[in-house]
Amino acid sequence: MANNNVKLQKLTKSILMHGVIYLLAFITIAPFIWMILTSLKDISDIFVYPPKWFPDKIQWNNYARAFQAAPFGRYYLNSIFVAVTVTLGQLITCSMAAYAFARLKFWGRDVLFYIFLGTMMIPYQVTMIPSFMVLHWLGWIDSYQAMIVPGLASAFGTFLLRQFFLTIPKELEEAAYIDGCSKFRVLWQIILPLSKPALATLAIFTFMGTFNDFIWALIVVNSEHLRTVQLGLAVFRDRYITDWDLLMAGSVMATLPILIVFFFAQKYFIKGITLSGIKG
Amino acid sequence: MYIFMNQKDYLKQQHRKNFITGILFLTPTLVIFSMFILFPVLFSFFLSFHKWNMFSSSQSFIGFANYQRLLTDPEFWQVLKQTIMYTLGTVPLNMVIALFLAMMLNKKIKGKSFLRTAFFTPVIISPVAAALIWRWIYDPNFGLLNYATGLFGIPPVNWLNDSRAAMAALIIMGVWKTLGINMVLFSAGLQGIPDTYYEAAEMDGAGRWSKFWNITLPMLTPTTFFIMIMSMISSFQVFDIVYVLTSGGPMGSTKVMVFYMYEYAFKFFEMGYASAVAYIFFAMLAILTLLQVKYMRTRSGYEGI
Repeated sequence: MANNNVKLQKLTKSILMHGVIYLLAFITIAPFIWMILTSLKDISDIFVYPPKWFPDKIQWNNYARAFQAAPFGRYYLNSIFVAVTVTLGQLITCSMAAYAFARLKFWGRDVLFYIFLGTMMIPYQVTMIPSFMVLHWLGWIDSYQAMIVPGLASAFGTFLLRQFFLTIPKELEEAAYIDGCSKFRVLWQIILPLSKPALATLAIFTFMGTFNDFIWALIVVNSEHLRTVQLGLAVFRDRYITDWDLLMAGSVMATLPILIVFFFAQKYFIKGITLSGIKG
Repeated sequence: MYIFMNQKDYLKQQHRKNFITGILFLTPTLVIFSMFILFPVLFSFFLSFHKWNMFSSSQSFIGFANYQRLLTDPEFWQVLKQTIMYTLGTVPLNMVIALFLAMMLNKKIKGKSFLRTAFFTPVIISPVAAALIWRWIYDPNFGLLNYATGLFGIPPVNWLNDSRAAMAALIIMGVWKTLGINMVLFSAGLQGIPDTYYEAAEMDGAGRWSKFWNITLPMLTPTTFFIMIMSMISSFQVFDIVYVLTSGGPMGSTKVMVFYMYEYAFKFFEMGYASAVAYIFFAMLAILTLLQVKYMRTRSGYEGI
């Protein structure tokens, strides 16, 4: 009897716990569900009170209309081009720098490394204005270079990869050196293949960060044909203030690639967060 | 081929070779860094003592006048107050909910990976799209939020057009957007607490609250402190969601520091004044960062890291 009572109590507690946490999870993702459902509704299903969750008839047409109202295809191309270029660039520059900091002993290396680490504490707001001016002097304002070049190096990425390289046993490289390999070949053929998890983490962080970037694109780009998805969406908002069907269709398009990347690469992303505690 | 050299010569040669290779490997990073981090940090300090309009040639040294102007501008103080309000509104609320979620997910729960993904999703999506969704949710007439609160008999609020409600709207969205990061960090912290501590406490007859207060919280202190500082720094830097959700309005009631700086730099092109704002901002964040570094160092003292 008493035993049954304890069991019942445990079961009630467990059900209650599940209820609370699933309710909270629902509240957290409700905005996304709401976004997707709104993007598929006819205007007559949008401006109703009380709100209706499901559309009477699914309006795929909203997406076509959004594409007509603004060149989202072009925005996409720009965003993906910029994000992919920056990501590839960072993978190269960061792994080279990280290898130098992790393996090559030379005069001044540690001082350089500490300066490097120190720059991670500088908020981007401090460098934003002169960086803009540098781009202006180079004549690069309103160009792809302006969105790409400043992102081609990263203290965070260099640090992340250096820490990982340090965990790789040195013996592997020594054998290669005896066979006469150059440093570059060692990095390329031994270190990098062993560092795939760290490279994946960096790639995902950089891709997401660049794809989602708003303020930098806002500052350095004006022309319509250079706008990224985020910038395009913000301009779209000003033009179609309450056309929620179009605005939500645009939002779905701006979030979809990131959601897809995230679902496939979650493991690396969460690992990166716990490693660094920053960036999101 | 090195076999014929003595060891000293060998090492010397290695070091020289390493230096050249090292610099070569660092060159791309160093070039970008000098152009977009090192030079800008120094140059914005220089700028902050100048009247410097980007597109006219009126550039002159004015000493501390920018800083003086800033400290006597009532709008600056207003903006600072609002930034602090946003920080105080989001950080504690965020941390309490994040810790609660992390503790729940540390228990026997079905569908953990689904739940973790659900709570983490707002973190990864673009702030622009997220803010747009929330503009729709906050709609005074057809928005989901007023409908939901209405079910509990709470009168509708004009979230984004009422200068008292707009900051609350920003805070709610801010908490939603960043909850996932802190949940993941707390989870990692919780997993670091050895089970034996809890088992020992149970033997002594400790209840759930007692375990929470005497084991969980104290053992989590480094994590908690880290999360607190990091969240404060990122709340201070909020910009994107403000830009899209409220544009700083209504009547400037949600204008925060970065927004103020952005306006002076890229709307009025007063680069000197905006740089002074940036440096004051930098100083405030530096104090927060130093606090963290100092704390971490005293901690690692007895942990032997």
